[in-house]
This record gives sequence, structure tokens and C-alpha cells, in this order.
Amino acid sequence: MSLFILISIPLMGGLLAWYSERFNADLPKKIAVISLLMCWLPLIPLLNSMPFDTSALGTSQWLINESYSWIPLFNIRAHLALDGLSFLLIVLTLLMGLVALSSAWHEITKRTGLFYLNLLWTLAGVLGVFLAIDLFLFFVFWEVMLVPMYFLISIWGYEHRHYAAFKFFIFTQAGGLLMLISLCALVGIHYQQTGILSFDYIILIQNPISGDLAFWVALGFTIAFLVKLPALPFHSWLPDAHTQAPTAASVILAAVLLKTGGYGIIRFVLPLFPDASIQLAPFMMFIGVIGIIYGAMMAFVQTDLKRLVAYSSVSHMGFVLLGCFALNIYALQGAVMQMLAHGISTSALFVLVGMIQHRYHTRDLNELGGLWINLPKLSAFGLFFGIASLGMPSLGNFVAEFLILVGSFEHYPKLTILAASGLILAAVYSLLLIYKTFFGQTKLPHDNKIADTNTKEWCTLISMCFILIYLGLHPQPFFDLVPVTLMKLSFIPADIGASL
Amino acid sequence: MIPISWVLFLSLSLFTIGIFGVLARRNLLFILISLELMLNAVVIVFIAASRYHSASMANSDGQIMYLLVLTLAASEIAVGLSLVIHMYRQHHHLDIDKLNKLRD
Amino acid sequence: MTQYSSLLALIPLLPLFSALILLFSNLPKLGVSILAVGSVAGVAFISLFLNFIFWQQSDFILTASLGTWINIAQLKISFGLYLDPLSLVMITIVSGVGALIHLYSIGFMYQENDFKRYFTYLNLFVSAMLFLVLADNLLLLYLGWEGVGLCSYLLIGFWYQDRNNNLAANKAFLMTRIGDTAMAIGLFLLFTQLGTLDIQEIQIKAHSVWSLNNDNNTMASICCLLLLGGAVGKSAQLPLQNWLPDAMAGPTPVSALIHAATMVTAGIYLIARNSQLFQLAPDVLYLVALIGTFTLLLGASAAMVQTDLKRILAYSTISQLGYMFLALGVGAGASAVFHLMTHAFFKALLFLSAGALIYSLHHEHNIFKMGGLLKKLPVVAMSFAIGCAALASLPFTSGFVSKELILAQVVASGHTGLWWAAVLGAFITAFYSARLFFVVFLGQTQLSPNAMPTKSMSLALVILGVLSLFGGIQPEGLKALMPQLNTEGLSTLQHWLPIILPFIAISFAWWLFKTKRFGKPIVSSFLQAIHQLLKSGWAFDHIYQTIFVFPLNTLCQLNKDDLIDSFYRLIERTSCTLHRTFSQFQNGQLRSYNASLIIFCILAFAWFISGELIL
Repeated sequence: MSLFILISIPLMGGLLAWYSERFNADLPKKIAVISLLMCWLPLIPLLNSMPFDTSALGTSQWLINESYSWIPLFNIRAHLALDGLSFLLIVLTLLMGLVALSSAWHEITKRTGLFYLNLLWTLAGVLGVFLAIDLFLFFVFWEVMLVPMYFLISIWGYEHRHYAAFKFFIFTQAGGLLMLISLCALVGIHYQQTGILSFDYIILIQNPISGDLAFWVALGFTIAFLVKLPALPFHSWLPDAHTQAPTAASVILAAVLLKTGGYGIIRFVLPLFPDASIQLAPFMMFIGVIGIIYGAMMAFVQTDLKRLVAYSSVSHMGFVLLGCFALNIYALQGAVMQMLAHGISTSALFVLVGMIQHRYHTRDLNELGGLWINLPKLSAFGLFFGIASLGMPSLGNFVAEFLILVGSFEHYPKLTILAASGLILAAVYSLLLIYKTFFGQTKLPHDNKIADTNTKEWCTLISMCFILIYLGLHPQPFFDLVPVTLMKLSFIPADIGASL
Repeated sequence: MIPISWVLFLSLSLFTIGIFGVLARRNLLFILISLELMLNAVVIVFIAASRYHSASMANSDGQIMYLLVLTLAASEIAVGLSLVIHMYRQHHHLDIDKLNKLRD
Repeated sequence: MTQYSSLLALIPLLPLFSALILLFSNLPKLGVSILAVGSVAGVAFISLFLNFIFWQQSDFILTASLGTWINIAQLKISFGLYLDPLSLVMITIVSGVGALIHLYSIGFMYQENDFKRYFTYLNLFVSAMLFLVLADNLLLLYLGWEGVGLCSYLLIGFWYQDRNNNLAANKAFLMTRIGDTAMAIGLFLLFTQLGTLDIQEIQIKAHSVWSLNNDNNTMASICCLLLLGGAVGKSAQLPLQNWLPDAMAGPTPVSALIHAATMVTAGIYLIARNSQLFQLAPDVLYLVALIGTFTLLLGASAAMVQTDLKRILAYSTISQLGYMFLALGVGAGASAVFHLMTHAFFKALLFLSAGALIYSLHHEHNIFKMGGLLKKLPVVAMSFAIGCAALASLPFTSGFVSKELILAQVVASGHTGLWWAAVLGAFITAFYSARLFFVVFLGQTQLSPNAMPTKSMSLALVILGVLSLFGGIQPEGLKALMPQLNTEGLSTLQHWLPIILPFIAISFAWWLFKTKRFGKPIVSSFLQAIHQLLKSGWAFDHIYQTIFVFPLNTLCQLNKDDLIDSFYRLIERTSCTLHRTFSQFQNGQLRSYNASLIIFCILAFAWFISGELIL
């Protein structure tokens, strides 16, 4: 039951926050914080028993597995389950939810109740996506997380919010539709081939479908996830959505929503379509590499700070795609690590941009400059996260990128070398961001009302710093959590270099 | 007995008048009245058909249809008129050529 | 032996913790100085102690582990520290020179508001450098490698309000990053080929895997070439050398520590550390020697014509690093590291004296605005003279011992052409050192100093001066660890020419100085063109600007609005056009709707009836 409770807490909390606005405009955010904190409660028994090593997890992949009948006619079940991978992503979701709340605290002043309703419902949708094991339920949650996000952008966004929100919605909705079709096809083919009608992942995975159609079904799923990731030809909703979204929504978008794409590929595409994945792999890796370079090149000509960070996201998520389809254990571990590290470093950058915008009412790189003079603490954080996003060793992003590249190098050295050139380009745009924003002379009028980070902001940012450093210096617990899931992929050559 | 073609002709002319009214008038009120005319034209055909088709009065489907349409027309005009009154209160005219907000 | 492991672990951690404390605390300047200098001095004492213990032993190995980092399948990487004679020399240099420069910085930076930030960066740098040097696997080495790069970036751009400093910092970071990326690819290749990243294991496995069949040696060459890429970037060698002169934008102690004594020698350390691997790739080693030779000529020739005090020293650093590369390339790793050590002493001394000059002369960098300072700043002049002498490798200085050793080794390796080039380089080196010293300290007084170097600065200068003079003692352990060529068969010319040439160069410079030919505008247009070319460091900046930066920038600017997005915008526009076309019909006129409805009904009716009739 605990997983259902976990999802329903933000749902209920959202409704309560919405209702409470009648009494006091400040009440919704307090309720939102409390409900997000309460989400940790169902996880506490898990955290307690989590010994952080592989052996204790036993033979079963699932730490918690809950299944109830939902639509018996089609054998659709309300089936939630949690394993190491989803556990990591849920922890990330809950943490970044708090960060989003922190950044929304003073920024959102109108219709607060509705705002927190949407925020919490998005988070609930994301939690559902990470937990749902029944494919139909997964699809439902996939849609649940989109709609509130649409409202977040289109009501509380900046100047071109309607355009951006529409674009976001249409892209993801088209992807979702493709997923629905592929989903039905998958279940249909599986039914034909095995005689079992089921939407359940655990059942579907036992007899992966085969044949030509399987390839197309896999492609359908993959494209749906690529849109979300976002990979190259489908990336263009992201810069718009990020630029226009309020900071909190940007944080959720960057930290969590994009991760559902990578999660989907690792959880569903690779195990459900092992043959098709191998067929798809070179092409997908190519897309990933192109995305890395293209995103980076786009990033460094942007003049809008948020757009720059958004394109850097495209570049970073290219690494995730590369890692997912390199089909070996290092790259997959790296992809998971990249999802976590990118989630933190990029959303931290968005938080920072939000703070700058809140103080100076601009995010134009040509107008900014010299922030270090007046805001040394904020700028130091900016420096830190900029450095993190260029992949400095000892921070999480480096470990992730290193593993992805090591993993993909074995079979695709040329692609990997291309991808590695993305590291240089990453340095170009990150340094540009730091240089244009924090260094040089101040161009904007500065008055004494503009203060450096306050305690709340400082705590938010410093905790993100520490998480990144922890990920970078002691990533082993995270690696140990994941393999149980990844090892299920039978085609991973577990011992690279053993042939020597 | 009056030949049925006379009744049909009457109905047709009433209907044409109604159509003409709907097309030509600008005032919403008159359009509603024209609609009523058209309904009545149809209803006349019902009654005539029911009278001419059966030997006895036992088949009264036409009359029943008449009553149904009458009720519907009454309720429709009630809703319609109330809308018209609201619209008049808002816009102070009932010119449908100017009432084209739904276009956008 | 194991009892020293905890001491070893302490070495990189002390400055790291000090940096962390500085970052989060709010100490006064005195506290900052004590903590920052104390931590590095502590490391220096530890390394001296270790030197004392291990001096007699040539093949000691001391290891320590700070925990595991990554452990997936075959990839087992820990924070392992590895101390052998080579890394012992390196940590001694890093911590010793580092401590002196920290000490010096207290005086130099005392007026700065950002005193604490400066020392945080500096301590972080020392820690990263120590990690680099002590790492027992290439990934940890890479961590230190990038860490020092980052600190270098931060310190070059330390005075962040001036855009030029930031640009120089960006350039330094990006150019080294290019090399670093090559090195990272080298790590991937080594790992896929050998299945390990442990440095010692790599040396052993490489020999067993690659020397079995000679066809595979291309793979070894590629690995070495990629590692060389990293080394070339970090050590400012051709073709990635031109960031170093710009890096002089940072505070002068930083230039001394990072861009002369320690960080730029990381490339030499990398190759020396992997010398067994490089032995499998003789072609690459020859390339190393060639790169070294060209760079030393380039650096020396560019240094001849510079007018900025620090730029002269920067080009001279490039040139000296070229000597070390040359030594590595001809297979004389020990003498390369030896020269690295003496160079660290005398170049740090030169930079620090230059810093003292700049400090005293209102931040003036142009040497032709200085002059006649010998009497006004005796300590500085003395230390500068020692530095210049060592740089010019005059006898009885440390630079003499190490450079002669390198030249002898080049001869012994049989590369006569390279030897002549190196000797030519030595001539130019002596010439520009003499020019520098004469122009700055002799002749007419132009600027009079407004501040004297503080005590901490002078102390550092004196200690480094002593080291530059008498530091030419080659560590014993190195000889055993690294290949050393037999240098007995030198001819008289080969023996005496490098000793005599500096004197000729100095006399030549003296003659030019006396006849006041330095700093005069050049008349001949051909000579002027050459002068320009040399002054711009052989125009590498310009070439890179045209070949790489400009096209990339243009390409990206062209695509600023995202070509792919325009496809979606096209779809959007098409549907909008269609929408507008069709919405013409929806004009909001109820009567026209009615009319079209009725017309349609009539037509449909007519069609229906006509159909009936035909049937």
C-alpha cells in the first residue's frame, strides 16, 4: 500500500493547497512543503532497511511490489513496484520538488493555490511514472504529469508563455500518443505470440516479442521517450518551455521530467525489446552524439541565460541516450548517474537564473555582468554549477560522462571520440555563461535592495553542491543500488576486457 | 375533402416564408418567429398525412407528433426568448450581423 | 614502511581541508595567512621528512588509499596514493615551492580585498596538484589534472573585473581542455585495451600485451599519442602553447606557482610517469623530442622580442618546458625531471622577483619603462640576477647542471640535429635573459619604486635564490627509476660549446645594450615583420582564430535560431495558413450560414432526386 500512499500524498496535498488559498495566500506553500515532506514517510522503512549493498537486496529486483486489480476486462492492473533505479529517481524527484518549492516561495504571488496544486500533481505524476509497472498505468501517469505542467507554464510563465506551453504540450502529447499506439501493439503482439493478455511489465518481459513488428513497436516507444529526453530532432520544445516557465517549473522540468525519458528507455525499451534495441543502438547513439554537439553549439550562441542552460540540457541528455544504447554496464551506470547529476546541476543553474531574474529582472547575457562584485555568494554558486556542468572531475557529472564514454568506447570508438569533443564545447558554453554573467563590470543599476543570497537560498544551493560532490566522490552506493535492475538486461557483456 | 396537394402547398408556402424570414430578417426575435413558422409548416404535413393515410382515426401518429413538436417548440422558444432577453440586456440590440463574437 | 602511509594520505588532504575551512569561515587576514601557509608548509615538512627517510633508498614504494571511488565490473578505481622516487621529487617541488610562494603571496596580496578567495584557490590548487602527482591510477590523476586546470582558470581570472583577464582565463582553460579531452580518450582506449587504469599495472600489462606481437604497437602508439595530447596542452607545447603567455594576466605569484613551477610541468610528469608505456612507442617518443625542440626554439625566439616582463618569462617557461620534452623524447626521463626541479626553483625565483618589481613599480609591466633599479631594489636585483644566471645556465647554478645533463643526453641518444637546435636555444636563452636583466636593472632610472617588498616576500626570494644556486643536486632515486643514457663519449666540442655559448650570448647582449639598440624602433620593414611575427609568438593566435574560432563561431551564429526548430515552425505556419483560409468561411454572419445550409439542402435534395430518376 505504501507506494499508493506515496503517490496520493501529493495529490491530496495539492487539493488541500488549492482549497486553502481561500483562507490565506501563504497557506498553500506551507501545505505543499508539508505534503512533500510527508512523501518521505513511506520511504523511511526502506531507507532504514537499505543496507546499500547488492547482496542484501536478494534475488528479487523489486524492493516493494504492490498489485491490485483495476480493469479486469483487459487484465489491466494497478501495479506499482519499486527497485533500485526507481528508488534513486524518486529520491531525486522528492529532493528537487523541495528545491522547486524553495525557488517558488517568493516568486509566485498570484493564484498560489492553483500553482501548488499543479506543482504537486506534476510531481505525483512523475512519481507514478517511476513506480508504475503496468504499462497502461504507466501511460496514465505519463499523461498526468503533462497537463499540470502545461498549466504551470501557461499561467505563471514569462512573456511568450502560451506559445511555449502549447509547444510543450503538443510535442509531448504527440509522443504520448505514439507510445499509446505502440503499447497497444505490444500487448496485442504479445497476446498473439503467447496467448497471455497482460499489460504487466513483469509478465511482458518474460517473453520479449520478436519479429519485424517488434522493431517498429520498439521504435515507437523509443521516439516517445526521445521526445521527452529530448533527443535531437525533437528537442525544440525544451528551450522554449524552459525559457518561459517559472523557475519552479523549470526545475521540475529539468530535474525530473526529462529523466522520465531516460528512465523509460532503460526500464522499458531495452528489456522489452532486446533484439530491436541492438538494431536501434547505432542509430540512437548517433542521435545522442549529434545531440551532444548540437546542443552545445546552440548553447554558446544564446543570449538568453535560460535558453543557454536549456540547450546545455539537450547536450547533457545526449550523453544519457548514448549511455543507454551503448548496451553495456558502464555506460548504463553512467547514464543513470548522468540523470541524477544533470538533474541537480542543471536545476541548480535554473534556480540561480531565477534568483538573478528576481533581482535584476533580466536574463539577457549582454545586459548582465559583474554580478560577483555585489553578489559574491550567488556568483560563487554560479561558478560552481557552471563548472559542474562542464564536467569537472570530483563532481557527479564527470563520473557519469566518464562511464558513458568508457562504456561506449569499446564498440563505437569513433562516435565516442565525437561525443568527447562535446566535453570541449561544454567548457566553451559553461565558461561563457560564467564569464558573461558573473565577471567583468556591472552594467545594471544596482541598489541596496538587491541582496546576496538569503539563508533559504543559501541552504538550497549548498545542499545541491554537497549532493553533487557526493555523487562525484562517492558514487559507489548509487552504482550498487542500480545493477540489480540493469543486470536483468541479459545482453550486457558483464566483463569487458576479459578477452585479453 | 380537401386534396392533399393543397395542404402540401400551404405547408410549402409557410415553410418558404419561414426560410425567407430566417434569411432576410436581422432581428433575432423575428428569426425565432420565422423558425416557429417553419415548425408549424412541418407539423401541418404531419397532421395531413395522418388524416389521409389511414382509413380510421385509429392511427394518430401524426397528431402525436404534432403534440410532441408543439411541446418542443414551446420549450425551445422559452429558452430562446430568455437568451434573447439576456442578449438584449447586454448589447441593447438584437442585430445578428453584429452579434458575431463567436467567430474569433 | 606502512607507518608512513597516514603521513602520505595527509599530504594532499591538508591543503584541501585548509581550502575548505577558508571557503566557509570568516577569518581575518592574519588567520587566513597562517592557515593557508601553514597547511602547505606542513606538507612541505612532511615531504622533506619523507625525503630524509627515503633518500638512500632507490626503489621504495609507499602507498595509501583514501577509499574506493568507482567499482563496476572491471573498472575498479580507488583514491589510491602512490609514492616512489619520481612522485617524491614532485611533491617536494610542489609543496616546497608552493609553501614559499604562499609565504610570498601574503605580502604581495595583502592589499587585496579578496585575500581569502585568493588563498582558497591557491590551497585548492596545491591539493589538486598533489593529487595529480600522487595518484596511483590515471583517473585520479585526471581529477588532479582537471583540478589544477580549474584553479589555474580561477587564478588567471582572479581580478575578474577586467574582461581581458577573464578572456585569458577562458583561453587557458579551453586550450588545455582540448588536450585533456585527447587524454581522456586515451584513458578510454587504455581501459578497453588493457582493462585497467592503474598506472603501474598499465606499465606492466602494456609490455605483456603489446610487445608480444609488434603489429599491435600501433595501438600503443595511439595511446601514447593521446596521452601526449594532454601533456602538450598542460605543458604549453606546440601546438597548444599559446595560452601560457596570456595566462600572465593572473597575479604574479600565481604565474610563479602555476604557470612556471608546478602545473605546467604536469605534462612532463605524465610522460615520465608512463615512461615504460612510452618506450613501446618509439615514434611517439621521437615526436615528443621534436615537439620539445620546436617549442624551445619558438619560446626562446619569442622571448627575445617581448617587452612585457611577464610575457618574457612566460615564453621562457615554454622554452624550458621544451627542453624537458626534448629530454623525455630522447629517453632521458631522469634529466627531464631534474631540469623540471631546477627550473621550478629558478623560474619561481624569476617570477617572484618580477612580482616584487611590479609590486614596487605601480604595476608596471613594460621593461623599457624600467631601468637602473640595481641600487634601488638590491634584494630583488640580486635574486633576479641569480634567476637569470640559472636560466642562462651559467656555471655554478642549478640550471647549469640540469641543462648540461639534458644536452649531454641528447648527444648520447644520437640525435645530433636536435642537439644543435637545443644548443641554439641555449644561446637565445642566455641572450634574452641577459637582455632582460640589463634593460631592467642597468642604465637610466626611469621609474622609482614606491614600495619596498615586504619581509615575507624577501624571505621567499632569498630561500629560492639559494635553491636556484645550489639546488642542482639530482635526486638519487630518479636515476634508478628512470632510464639514464651513458654520456661518456662526448667530444670536446659537445662538451664545451654549451658552456661557452651563454657567455658569448651575454657579451653580445651587453654590446647591444651598451650601444642602446634594445627597444629602438626597427627601420627595415622585413625585420619589422619578423619582429612582429616573433612578438606574437609566431602568430599562432591569429592562425587559430581564423581556422577554428571564426568558422565555429560563424556556424553557430548562423544557426542561432535552431534550424531544426524551423521545421516545426514551418508545420505551425502551414497549419496557420490553412486555418486562416478556411476561417474565411466562418464570418460570424448567421444569415450567411443559414443561406449556405439551405443551398446545400436544396442541392442535396436535387442530387438525391436526380439519382432516383436515373435509377
